[in-house]
Amino acid sequence: MEYEIVIGMEIHVELGTQTKIFCACPTEFGAEENTHTCPVCLGMPGVLPVLNEKVVEYATRTGLALNCEIAHYSKMDRKNYFYPDLPKAYQTSQFDLPICTGGVVEIDVDGVTKEIGITRIHIEEDAGKLLHESSEGTLVDVNRCGVPLVEIVTEPDMRSAEEAKIFAEKVRNILEYTGVSDCKMQEGSMRFDVNLSMREKGSLVLGTRTEMKNLNSFRALVRAVHYESKRQILELKKGHRIIQETRKWDDTKGTSSALRSKEEAHDYRYFPEPDLVPIIIEEDYIAKIKANLPELPEAKKRRYIKEYKLPEYDAGVLTATGILATFFEDAVAVYNEPKQISNWLMVEIPPLLKEKELAMENISITPVQLVELLKLVKNNTISGTSGKEVLKVMFDTGKNPGDIVKEQGLAQMSDTVELEAIIEKIVAANPKSVEDIGSGSDKAYGFLTGQVMKATKGQANPQVANEIIRAVVAKHLG
Amino acid sequence: MSLTREDVTYVANLARLEFSDDEVTALADQLGAVLDYAQTLSELDTKEVKATEHVLQLKNVFREDVVKPCLTNEQALANAPDSEAGCFKVPRVME
Repeated sequence: MEYEIVIGMEIHVELGTQTKIFCACPTEFGAEENTHTCPVCLGMPGVLPVLNEKVVEYATRTGLALNCEIAHYSKMDRKNYFYPDLPKAYQTSQFDLPICTGGVVEIDVDGVTKEIGITRIHIEEDAGKLLHESSEGTLVDVNRCGVPLVEIVTEPDMRSAEEAKIFAEKVRNILEYTGVSDCKMQEGSMRFDVNLSMREKGSLVLGTRTEMKNLNSFRALVRAVHYESKRQILELKKGHRIIQETRKWDDTKGTSSALRSKEEAHDYRYFPEPDLVPIIIEEDYIAKIKANLPELPEAKKRRYIKEYKLPEYDAGVLTATGILATFFEDAVAVYNEPKQISNWLMVEIPPLLKEKELAMENISITPVQLVELLKLVKNNTISGTSGKEVLKVMFDTGKNPGDIVKEQGLAQMSDTVELEAIIEKIVAANPKSVEDIGSGSDKAYGFLTGQVMKATKGQANPQVANEIIRAVVAKHLG
Repeated sequence: MSLTREDVTYVANLARLEFSDDEVTALADQLGAVLDYAQTLSELDTKEVKATEHVLQLKNVFREDVVKPCLTNEQALANAPDSEAGCFKVPRVME
């Protein structure tokens, strides 16, 4: 029997507000343990939470960017469970009336466009962090408790690990553009839960699913999907039934294990949060946020193709992150050579970033500096090969390309008199090549060009050199 | 009776409460009576009445996104039964 994977996702995204969702404590990552707390987020008795207005704004923005309906009326609820990362013993979340419903995200899978449905987006508070460092107990850090989250819930519309990854990347890209979150996976700003089930290919009935929690990288997401789908197929082939359960992915071991069985422990006893009043969102509020939405990746990509005449592939790569797109736009604003800029951004920069383990946001060169370099290449002051060398030095030192070219004497030799003298010598020293050319073999031109480049340490302008070589050889052949 | 002994044990388990057999019987009786009484409400025809999501006639009570001073680590941990390395310490959580 051929199986088909059915995947739905829940994506938790920390919103980039200054303060927590219900109190004025900062949300900043990486502070000393338990220094970003107050009676509200510590869950002291008698305190009153007050909703952060920015959370409503960012959630609305998220919903609009993912093509959702924004609820006119929504409310907060309590989700009850006991776990020490939650001082109140309940999480303030949204149950039956979430802030956004019914969206859609388009993804490209092997050139085919596919729609992934968004069931809902709700707002809630993050939990604290458990540190298992103490030998005889567990340590709790409450700093993250109350950091605002949106939880994006999808329809079971994905059919492979690849689709899940493309979808997750797309959502990250869109959220980064809209500025609602920094989406830093390594800091846990974005976490994926995967609901996965298997069914006979072509069947319309969903199989029993398992839920894999807290995958915090795209790589972990893909590996976890592969692992879990294989595990389920194996179970089904043995004639076992899949148990609906929550599983925990261990990225180091590359395996998952059952965390708790949902059948027995899935009663959260949601009830309306009496301490928080309903959220009413009016049409004009939505219209205002809609009007201020930045250009989203898809629209930007189309504009790049149209306005800059870039190939679709280039436009896709450049708009894959907001930071890269901004860099490109800043560069093209001062230098109208979009394709040249695109080539260098796509081909030359990524390996340098990778070598230094840097992300685009920490790049040490400015768009203006890159443009200066590209101009030097374009007007043949330096060769493309030297340009790559200069770029490397720019990465290391932050120096301007003009200065590097001067310091290292990389300027191309376009001075024909000087070049002619060198070429004359080389041609004279290689009579065999001249003979080959005479008998119709053009291959020898390549050899001679190589010799010239070697003699000039790559500083000869290849086009100029070629012309001179042909002239000199012609002269020798009489 | 609207509440069974199983209901009581189930809810007690979720709330991490432990009761003797006698207590379970008593609670099933008492809570059942309360629920039965509340059940009188369902005799009313509420087809035309909008569901009450909140008892207060308030909406959109928001706070500006401005940071205010937090408690110090010492203040935060002052009431903790046990603490270590700047953290609350709780019985070991089983993974």
